[in-house]
Amino acid sequence: MTYLRRKILFYLVAAWIAITVNFAIPRMMPGNPVDILLARLQQGGATVLPQSRRALETALGRSGDGNVLVQYFEYLGNLFTGDLGVSVTYFPTPVLTVLGQALPWTLVLVGVSTLLAFVLGVGVGTFVGWHRGTWLDGVAPTTTFLSAIPYFWLALILLFLFGSFWQVFPLAGGYDYDTTPGLNAEFLLSALHHAVLPGLTIVFSSVGAWMLGMRNMMVSTLSEDYVLTAEAKGLRSRRIMLAYAARNAVLPSIAGFAISLGFVVSGSIVTEAVFSYPGVGYVLLQAVQNNDYPLMQAIFLVITLTVLGANLAVDLLHSVIDPRTRKAE
Amino acid sequence: MNTQPTFSERWSPVLTVRGLSVDYEADRPVHAVREVDLALGRGEILGLAGESGCGKSTLAYAVNRLLRPPAHVVGGEVVFHHADGAETDVFALDGEQLRRFRWNRLAMVFQGAMNALNPVLTVRAQLEDVIRAHEPATDRRERGRRCAELLELVGVDPRRLDSYPHELSGGMRQRVMIAMALVLRPDVLFMDEPTTALDVVVQREILAEITRLRAELGFAVVFITHDMSLLLEISDRIAIMYAGRVVEEGGTERLRRTPLHPYTLGLLRSFPSLTGDPTGLHGIPGRTPDLAESLDRCAFAERCPYRREVCDGEQPPLVAHPDSPAGADGRAACHAHDPSRYGTAPPESLLRGEFRPIEESEVIR
Repeated sequence: MTYLRRKILFYLVAAWIAITVNFAIPRMMPGNPVDILLARLQQGGATVLPQSRRALETALGRSGDGNVLVQYFEYLGNLFTGDLGVSVTYFPTPVLTVLGQALPWTLVLVGVSTLLAFVLGVGVGTFVGWHRGTWLDGVAPTTTFLSAIPYFWLALILLFLFGSFWQVFPLAGGYDYDTTPGLNAEFLLSALHHAVLPGLTIVFSSVGAWMLGMRNMMVSTLSEDYVLTAEAKGLRSRRIMLAYAARNAVLPSIAGFAISLGFVVSGSIVTEAVFSYPGVGYVLLQAVQNNDYPLMQAIFLVITLTVLGANLAVDLLHSVIDPRTRKAE
Repeated sequence: MNTQPTFSERWSPVLTVRGLSVDYEADRPVHAVREVDLALGRGEILGLAGESGCGKSTLAYAVNRLLRPPAHVVGGEVVFHHADGAETDVFALDGEQLRRFRWNRLAMVFQGAMNALNPVLTVRAQLEDVIRAHEPATDRRERGRRCAELLELVGVDPRRLDSYPHELSGGMRQRVMIAMALVLRPDVLFMDEPTTALDVVVQREILAEITRLRAELGFAVVFITHDMSLLLEISDRIAIMYAGRVVEEGGTERLRRTPLHPYTLGLLRSFPSLTGDPTGLHGIPGRTPDLAESLDRCAFAERCPYRREVCDGEQPPLVAHPDSPAGADGRAACHAHDPSRYGTAPPESLLRGEFRPIEESEVIR
């Protein structure tokens, strides 16, 4: 399918540009990671020998020097072999290991709750929009109220009520330290238990917007002639609601979903900070506080790639449900 | 042009509208359709004409039970007469009954087929939806066969079944809509401005198609448009609406030759005829009355060159005027043809079919 090929090519080019920008930006920034690292070592009470600088430079990859082009290709090569450098914050752990530990937490927690909020919001929005003009219209302001609450405040309140006051859910972390991470029931249950509160705050704070958007699109779609035709055709109301109204009304929400999927990695900083959740957002916070350039660079790269990946996925989904987007020959 | 034989002997009603009134709820309710009486004969084409806002579309939507708030029926009844003589009170249908009745006996082709087709479903899916909803026992192959047959019937290549609406031209879309309306072989087809968005050539083709299909399948058509010349060509009978009421109704030929109501006259004089006098072209000055008013007078009075005092004081009934040149054919709601009310015989110029717009209102006393 030529549409698919063109889309993938487009995203590959976009990814290459992102990777290149990611290479260029740190080189334009002032400051030198080796100096920062040496300063940190010194503050930590270690004796810094003259050789240390040389050793660190070698470790961080500054020894090669050479011209920018050579560096660029070296960087690309390293990227493909998964060598993203060594983290300053968690020295001497490689960045890839740090990311590998943090990423699954974020992807699962924020990804699942974003999807849940979307499905729930669009589902309820479809229903409320279909029954426009009834008491159900009162649901909309309630959820808007939820969205209007500042996110971190909602998180803190939930944390206080459920974590501290009733002590139903844990206060911090991603799992119980008594359990061994891995595919065992004990660990998974504990992880789920820890994910409930942060997940709920994400769902609570975003479901209202999805619902309201979908409800309004439903109402305007319901006044379309093709919905009237469907009604005149004597179709069952379920069929009219789903195939004629909702399927057209959901299109703008799908586009919005692409954007929010892109924020799965980057938008989790506040959640993870409040709940001390061991995900990418938390690690990014640490990286920024410690001038950890290799780690930041890697996280930015991951964020960019997630945004691109999410967009590609939604583009493809869009072409499945809206035939008009397929025909851009 | 009218291949239909004289239907007078065989005329039997398929749809009867009695005293139908529709209001749009507002601070001052708008009475969009007022006590309309209309009968549609089996297999005839009834043209429904009138300017924008006269209530012709609202009437069609009401009969099809498609009014949405704030519009609602405030009075009257619609009876559908089955071929075997049984009758269905359309307004009494409810829920599942109504759903089954829809499209089965009355189908509708909407204004602007551009928007009447669902953009995200193929033509096949939208045609099959009708079969699936009304004849769930039909299997896949049978459905596919019928859909292909329908497209062929309206002159569209059956390969178009798997196209989406945006891949079709305007004319093709309108043909698909007609095919859709014919899926269940209904007795009555409502067509609300079916050709308005199309260019004249395509418009011609669609009209020819409708006439051909009518002759082939024998359904009745209610053809709604503001285009009088088009109606004169296609309809067997025409009803003229003004301010929510039918003001004149009768056979097409009679209406063309001897229109009774001054408004009908005005409409007929407001478009050019290819063969007729090119100089006698007029508009109808003035505006339609406020439909929120109750109107206990002739609604057309302030624009009528023939008005007398009675027109401002009394609502003319829609009745036959056997003494007029029209004879027994049709009805008109005009005091001028009723000497006992008008006070004098109908003005000569009215009978001659003259419509001289009045600049300033002058009442003949």
